[in-house]
Amino acid sequence: MTNSSPTLKPLVLVVDDYDDAREMYAEYLEFSGFRVAQARNGQEALDQAFALTPDIILMDLSLPIIDGWEATRRLKNDARTRAIPVVALTGHAMTGQSDEAKGAGCDSFVTKPCLPDELVAEVRRILALQGGAQAR
Amino acid sequence: MASFAPLAPSPPTSTAEARLSLTELLLACDAARPCAEAVVEWLTVHARAAAAACVAREEPGGRLVCLAARGLSEAQCASLEPQQDDTRHPLVEALTRDAPHFLPSPRPPLPRGETAEGLFTVPLGHAGSPPVGLLLVWASGPALPSEVSWVASHAGPFLARQATGPRGTGGSDLFRRIIDAVVDPILLTDLVGHPHLANARAEALLVANPGSSEGRRRAVRLNQRVLAAALASTASGGVPGPSRREVPLVDPVEGMDLLFELVTQRVYEPDGREAMVSVLRNVTDLGRATQALGESYRRLRATEREARSERHRLDRVLDSVADPIILSAPSGGTVMMNDPAEKLFTPPPNAGRPAQRRVRTNHATFASFLANLLGAEGSLRWRGQLSLVDPASGATRPMEAVASKVMGDGGELTGIVTLFHDRSEALEKARLLERLREVSTLLEARVQVATAELAEQNEKLRRQAIQLEQASAAKSQFLANMSHEFRTPLNAILGYTNMLLQGVSGELSPAQKRNLTRIDSNGRHLLEVINEILDITRIEAGRMPLNLSDFRIPELLQEVMAEMDPIIARSKLAVSTHLAPRLPQVHGDRQKVKQVVLNLLSNALKFTHEGAVKVSAEYAPSTAMLSISVSDTGIGIDPAQQEKIFEDFQQVDSSPTRAYGGTGLGLSICRRLATMLGGRVSLQSTPGQGSTFSLHFPRRTRRT
Repeated sequence: MTNSSPTLKPLVLVVDDYDDAREMYAEYLEFSGFRVAQARNGQEALDQAFALTPDIILMDLSLPIIDGWEATRRLKNDARTRAIPVVALTGHAMTGQSDEAKGAGCDSFVTKPCLPDELVAEVRRILALQGGAQAR
Repeated sequence: MASFAPLAPSPPTSTAEARLSLTELLLACDAARPCAEAVVEWLTVHARAAAAACVAREEPGGRLVCLAARGLSEAQCASLEPQQDDTRHPLVEALTRDAPHFLPSPRPPLPRGETAEGLFTVPLGHAGSPPVGLLLVWASGPALPSEVSWVASHAGPFLARQATGPRGTGGSDLFRRIIDAVVDPILLTDLVGHPHLANARAEALLVANPGSSEGRRRAVRLNQRVLAAALASTASGGVPGPSRREVPLVDPVEGMDLLFELVTQRVYEPDGREAMVSVLRNVTDLGRATQALGESYRRLRATEREARSERHRLDRVLDSVADPIILSAPSGGTVMMNDPAEKLFTPPPNAGRPAQRRVRTNHATFASFLANLLGAEGSLRWRGQLSLVDPASGATRPMEAVASKVMGDGGELTGIVTLFHDRSEALEKARLLERLREVSTLLEARVQVATAELAEQNEKLRRQAIQLEQASAAKSQFLANMSHEFRTPLNAILGYTNMLLQGVSGELSPAQKRNLTRIDSNGRHLLEVINEILDITRIEAGRMPLNLSDFRIPELLQEVMAEMDPIIARSKLAVSTHLAPRLPQVHGDRQKVKQVVLNLLSNALKFTHEGAVKVSAEYAPSTAMLSISVSDTGIGIDPAQQEKIFEDFQQVDSSPTRAYGGTGLGLSICRRLATMLGGRVSLQSTPGQGSTFSLHFPRRTRRT
């Protein structure tokens, strides 16, 4: 399912077309002890996900080429990536986006601005849920 | 009654005395029998008769009876009385003779005398009338003894009168026949009505034989009483001339009621006594005729009355009809008309020449109209339009007229009824209707124009509404986009600041840390402003829907206090919560209630430097409203400013150098959220003493 193992640090795939934000989160995740992969758009996110099968994906929803919703839908429709939790990130706080994200298969929804430490806390929470679920 | 027999020439003295004594005897007699006794006695003594007897017709019936006898046995006496139907009896034959007759040898049943061979039969009665009886003298014949003829001539009438009673007084058979021949009953009575003489017709009414039927006897008795009463009253009236009155009698044979006119005349009998002659004239038929006549007269009167009232009623009916009606004779002449017709066809009272001329015109118009029907053989009806003129005013009265022939039983024309119907009203109505139609058409056209205009306006409004909606949507989209565009860089600013402050890029000097903290706090404030603008935008764009759920106030306040705890801890204020007992479960938008309370509490903490902040919740069952109030001992708000602070971007101090932070959008959002919940936010405040902000909202929020 995933290549994670107790000895290996969890791999987080950060997908965002806005470089400053993507690199900021990547830096802070690495600072916080995660392995990090990055993607700039939906297509890259799919390629990376299939190639690396990360432990968790942070998905910005407004992406070029293939948007976050569509990318999430494809990931969740593929047996190889279906189990990877996806945390949606959006700067659009308008109601309805979170519902749409859930509909696309996102496991969590975080509104930007989101401070790096808050995002890491959410990643840890989701992974803990995931780990618990796997343990059972 | 006392009629004396004429005296015979004087007889010899010896016999004269005997005759005188007999005459005296006879005068003293008041009945036939003693009279006969005396005569028979006298004859045997003075006429030397071997035997003598006196027979007379008995009244009523006319049977011969033996009144008295001398020298005869009883059986011989009885043989002198013939049976009713025995017409061959010698005495019946003897009675037919009007002169004395000698039978030398009387044939049976007449007895033979012992000493004398022959028998004289001497008729008794008035001279010139049939004998009423016989004097029978058994003596030697053939010469009649003079004493016998004297007795017969003197005692005869006397005896006859006595024997036959009143009837004998009546005189001759001729007289009898005469009065019997009279068709009207004739009576001679005394003053109290006892009859002395009655003709056959009267007897038929007033006399009953013992052998008569009970009905006849009763009828006779009744008639006698009625007549006696009538005569008695006439007699007591004392009218000298003949008096007339009507008496109702009964026909004893038929039993029919008869009506008689009783004509009574007082007369004097030969003996000087007053009597009454009554003639009864049968007026039954006359009475009936009169009665019938009276009846038919009454009926005629009744019929006439009925006809008159019928006519009167008809008149009133006709008059009550508002339309004129005229009944014309077949000739065309007017027979009658009702009141409305009279108004048109007769000149009004005191009419001037113009009115009379108009009436003539109307008549002419009507006559020419009638001519149409009179001229048409087959048709029974004619309808036409007439233009009549009101005689009084001269106004034209357009009329519709229908003339109908009235046919008699034999199919002959008896009259023509014409009904008029005033068409003025109908024409006026038609005119008004036409006018109404025109106006209606006009109105319709106007309405159409107005409707078109309205539709155009509506279309314009609709377009404007769409434009406004589009503009509003565009605005909302713009703000949404803008907030996104703001957040993206702000996310990086706050993120990197956060990382730097955490020492991701190495330890910082205190000055660097202080400056980074300022970047952080300003960035957060900017974010807050952006978020609040976004909230207002969402509310106004209708993109903040109600999420209704059941929740409880104590738990909600606990959450609020927990979230505010870091700030409360930093302040030096006594913050307390007061919950009223029995707070009900609430059905509403929990998130929005919480947001309002958070905002109010955050404000209270911000504007209070010392003292206390109290959060309390209560429920008013009468209005089903909940209130959550936040009271502080802060700076308070001047009444003049109290409404203003709910407006967008308003604080009491709006100057750029104001002492308190915040966007000034908080209360504005609170008010909007409270409205969405179906409630409101109220404020009570005294400057320098503190403020109480309250959120009031219904226990059950309904979607609008």
